[in-house]
Amino acid sequence: MEELQAFREEVRAWLEENCPPAMRMPPTGDDDIPWGGRRMRFTSGAQRLWLERMAGRGWTVPEWPAEYGGGGLSPQQAAVLREEMDLLGCRAPLQSFGIWMLGPALLEYGSEAQKRRHLPPIARGEIRWCQGYSEPNAGSDLASLQTRADDHGDHFLVNGQKVWTSYADQADWIFCLVRTDFSVSKHKGISFVLFDMDSPGVTTRPLTLISGKSPFCETFFDDVRVEKSNLVGEMNGGWTIAKYLLTHERDMIGAMGERARPPALGDHAVRMLGLNERGELPEPVLRADIARFEIDEAAFRLLLERSGALAREGKADPAFSSVLKYYGAELNKRRYELLMACGGSAALEWEGERSRDGELAREWLRSKANSIEGGTAEVQLNVISKRILGLPDA
Amino acid sequence: MALVLNQEQSMLRESALLFLKENAPVAQLRALRDRRDLSDDLSDDLSDDLNDDHGFSRDLWQRFAAMGFAGVLVPESHGGMGLGQVEAGAIMEAIGRNLTAVPFFSTAVLGATMLARHGSAAQQERCLPPLARGDLLVALALDEGARHAPQKLALRARPDGGGYRLDGEKTFVVDGHVADLLIVAARTAGDDMGQGGVTLFLVDGQAAGVTRERTLMVDAHNAARIRFENVQVDASVVIGEPGQGGPLLDGVLDIGRAALAAELLGIAGEAFERTLSYLKERRQFGQVIGAFQALQHRAASLYCEIEITRAAVLHAQQQLDAAPGTAAPCVSAAKARAGASATLAVQEAVQMHGGIGMTDEFEIGFFMKRARVVEELLGDARFHADRWGRLNGY
Repeated sequence: MEELQAFREEVRAWLEENCPPAMRMPPTGDDDIPWGGRRMRFTSGAQRLWLERMAGRGWTVPEWPAEYGGGGLSPQQAAVLREEMDLLGCRAPLQSFGIWMLGPALLEYGSEAQKRRHLPPIARGEIRWCQGYSEPNAGSDLASLQTRADDHGDHFLVNGQKVWTSYADQADWIFCLVRTDFSVSKHKGISFVLFDMDSPGVTTRPLTLISGKSPFCETFFDDVRVEKSNLVGEMNGGWTIAKYLLTHERDMIGAMGERARPPALGDHAVRMLGLNERGELPEPVLRADIARFEIDEAAFRLLLERSGALAREGKADPAFSSVLKYYGAELNKRRYELLMACGGSAALEWEGERSRDGELAREWLRSKANSIEGGTAEVQLNVISKRILGLPDA
Repeated sequence: MALVLNQEQSMLRESALLFLKENAPVAQLRALRDRRDLSDDLSDDLSDDLNDDHGFSRDLWQRFAAMGFAGVLVPESHGGMGLGQVEAGAIMEAIGRNLTAVPFFSTAVLGATMLARHGSAAQQERCLPPLARGDLLVALALDEGARHAPQKLALRARPDGGGYRLDGEKTFVVDGHVADLLIVAARTAGDDMGQGGVTLFLVDGQAAGVTRERTLMVDAHNAARIRFENVQVDASVVIGEPGQGGPLLDGVLDIGRAALAAELLGIAGEAFERTLSYLKERRQFGQVIGAFQALQHRAASLYCEIEITRAAVLHAQQQLDAAPGTAAPCVSAAKARAGASATLAVQEAVQMHGGIGMTDEFEIGFFMKRARVVEELLGDARFHADRWGRLNGY
């Protein structure tokens, strides 16, 4: 306890001294937190400095071991760091799929050489990763994927197509699920491989969504050469890693609201609509919807906190991330419906300065994907039914 | 504070659950209910310790006291356990799971809290030790209209000689028909809807001018309508200062609301678990009905709602113990969530049980009835969403 207090004081002093003032303001948008990678452009010197200083301490990935570029912190220490950053209003110095997804998978399943090669560049924001999972005919039924990797002795040749590859056009490397055995049942012939997106035979094509823009791409592989040293885990053992990683992805998407901590919807509504003579929002039914939403949102945050506490005690159900993913996504969709209601006709503008090119309308449309990506709401409910509630297959 | 029960709290919860499961199952509530309609020569074991004048078992309440439960919130200096809201909530949850009819909420939660926090030394000395022993029952007489509205008080207390004269009516007074003492919220100044001028009185249930009408409720639990006609009381029975009862009442009501939220959580959890078991055993169309996705998804969604509510309820209890001054919004969130979750749970329970769920012979309907009453007590989900809005400045 005392040690933790000393650590807290040290962290506070270090943050005070090292976090540039501009990095203590909320980010102005998704692009305002660096994603790293070879194509990375910093929006300010402060942003670069903040990333360099945090990476220097390993605090872009506080709980990873120090030998792989992490901070080597205990979960308790990492919680202290988060709390102190919150208190000071510090932004995250870096965000990436490498941090959230590939890193945890490599720490669990990677070889020593793979960890040493791939983890430090993730921690320093030098290499940006994308995820090659979904295919045109393998969405919710991911395990039926058809992208193939044929064994050519010391290397594979990869052929096929991925879709919904977030930021594939900006990523440096991809972690990818491929079929290495067509003769066995669908879950058993899948392997997990890594390769450079600059390899010959890789092409990407951005997808336009209903929101008018998107991070998603279609990605095509035509005889892409992948060294065997880039196979993670066992040959044909990729599904285990994929499931492990999906759990992390679900935690991440479910916790999206938590990390971003958007302003309270009620405060936003008051700014937009004002208060009547009784000190209440002028439209009682909208007011009631907002209050119910805020209560559910507050309770969901508490569930996130509680599931973290249970995990630290080793009492968490591994499938519980599906609860967080399911409810977090539904909640975010509700938030945007209410934001649109508060904005009225002004929120419908699609172009121009006033609406920042239809920012809210585009975010509202984008939020509809929350309950589709990373496993649909229906898939999460299936997981909860079977793995937590023990209900049988039909 | 971590959002989990500590070891002592878990143990208390387990022992309360076990004790009630063995000593006060739903069958006992049924027996209490049915005994009123039968001649008085019931001879089975269960009926021996039932007393149809009271609507609860005096003997069970004595054993409750022997376990220390009646005095859970009474300070140790007055013969109680001196524990907090998390512990009281664990007992309320067990009561909810078994639909136990005991005066725990009226006496051990509301009565004990009011007296231990705001009673004079003489009042505490006189009341708390017998309350903790299970020998003294207390009821809070607050609501006057059909909907909970704590500021709407028309019952007048007019100065008379050295004391007061009470005139008015109260309704939905839980255990008011058997209470030895009534805590009466009365108006000593101001108009019937105002915030100020509220005084709390500790009135003898048998005092001249008090007329009590026992109102048997849909859930077979008890409440009373109580008329006060020219009831003379001494100034020494005022709790706190004259005219200053409003804020005291607010704090006690919030403790009551958190306790009710815990009871609702117990009802929701038990109704859900019984339903889940039924889904796994009831067969139609050649398979268990729990294999149907239409039911699986509803069960999974209900599970999410209950787990979110569990986090909110525990948080409210912890806040009431750690930071009572800022607990009000947490309490309203918990009561609103618990009311909504329990309502959903019992509706899904009856629906998924099908025809048998509608029969009186089957117990699930008892949960629906009790949930409806507890939802109404001290404000339903709508009341608390409204209060949440006000507390958050809209």
